[in-house]
Amino acid sequence: MVTAHRTETEAETLDRARAAAARVRDPEMPMLTLVDLGVLRDVRIEDGRVVTVITPTYSGCPAMATMRDDLQRELEDAGFPDAEVRVSLTPAWSSDWITEEGRRALAQAGISPPGQAPRNPGPVALTLLPTRRDVRCTLCGSSSVRLTSEFGPTACKAMYQCLDCLEPFEHVKEI
Amino acid sequence: MTDVHGHEPEIHTSDDEHGNAYSGLLVNDAHWAFGTDFEDPLAGVDTTVPDGADAEEIAAYCLMLGDDALVFSQRISEWCSRAPDLEEDIALANIALDLLGQARLLLARAAAADPALVPQLPEDSPVPAEDRLAFFREDVDFRSVRLAEVPNGDFAEAVAKILMFSTWRLAIFERLQNSEDAVLSAIAAKGVKEMTYHRDFSGRWVLTLARGTEESRRRLLTALDGLWPLWPELFETHPIEAAIAEAGIGIAPAEVAGEADAIIDQVFAAVGIDRPETGALAGVRGRKGRDGLHTEALSRMLAEMQVVARAHPRGKW
Repeated sequence: MVTAHRTETEAETLDRARAAAARVRDPEMPMLTLVDLGVLRDVRIEDGRVVTVITPTYSGCPAMATMRDDLQRELEDAGFPDAEVRVSLTPAWSSDWITEEGRRALAQAGISPPGQAPRNPGPVALTLLPTRRDVRCTLCGSSSVRLTSEFGPTACKAMYQCLDCLEPFEHVKEI
Repeated sequence: MTDVHGHEPEIHTSDDEHGNAYSGLLVNDAHWAFGTDFEDPLAGVDTTVPDGADAEEIAAYCLMLGDDALVFSQRISEWCSRAPDLEEDIALANIALDLLGQARLLLARAAAADPALVPQLPEDSPVPAEDRLAFFREDVDFRSVRLAEVPNGDFAEAVAKILMFSTWRLAIFERLQNSEDAVLSAIAAKGVKEMTYHRDFSGRWVLTLARGTEESRRRLLTALDGLWPLWPELFETHPIEAAIAEAGIGIAPAEVAGEADAIIDQVFAAVGIDRPETGALAGVRGRKGRDGLHTEALSRMLAEMQVVARAHPRGKW
């Protein structure tokens, strides 16, 4: 009998590790994978070990430790028990890193995806009027919506309400 | 006998672990004495001190910025479940959470740069450095500015305090993004995005309260009068801050005074409020928050914040 056993090439190992890492979901927004959210910054092989790099969305994001554990576990299950998860604080996470697929998944789950994040080359401007965003109701599509709070149930979201169908919904903030 | 789903019913005895409503709470969680988990928030981050920099100075500086965030976060979190409505309750909790995140990173950074700062605990204690710094230091070891510890008043007081604190800290963090220290620069870059929201939140509420009713305006003005004596302290440069600024790693707060004043004036001008004329709150023989000289309020706050951790220095019971 001929067996097809051969040593996996590094490219194949990397593919397998990437696929495993790509399965991990955000614990607070489980419709998104860490890839969709833009939190998974890198999967690479260093000296024969898988190294993954993640970045926190907000400094106080309580989901960070869970993400790290889930990533470690998923890689372990995929046959990488000595995989390492590193945290990188720089560059700071931006909502612009949420993928197109991630935006679709958010919208499908009734969460309004973020617009373009502000660019601040100079000093941060004080904004005393409510932030104007092109937000549509995730239920009826109306653009007649009201910001109820810039802060929501998770650090990354603001709260809106539709003025037509009255649906309250969450919007991922631009940062 | 089978139940409606066709299953044999499970018999629970009183000592059955599933029969105890609380058993599920204790699964995998023997460490309730502490607010954070046993994870290093800087795990995997390169905390090497830049060439030629003084590690002890960096640590002392991180402690100042970390303590500001920790103490103010604790104060704001006292609002949890007490705000005028649910949206503001969640907003205040979010602001406290962002600051707690900054505090964790900064205290961990301080500990990595100078391990001698970290209080000693029993040898088998798994309590990480950031929690040792938060829960096992005395009031005189805290380097936070006195504004951070002011006991909470009404909602107008919270709004005024957050405006002052976030205007000052945002101005510092904007410049800190260019720090020679890669960790501080990264912490600042994240903090700027977060505190932009804090400052806008409080600025908008100042407008709302100032233009609201006579009572809301009166309360806002009273709050500002009461807090203003602590504004000048924010812009006094401590010798550690002067040294660290000289090294290109930190910011001398005096540098941002003009910028912060301009922001405050912008808010006040929008609603016709004059800057309070109350004088600065003196220190004791010149010593203030940055020197570890605090008001009584900090001691009381820490007593409550630290009591559980101190009773269980091994992190569990």
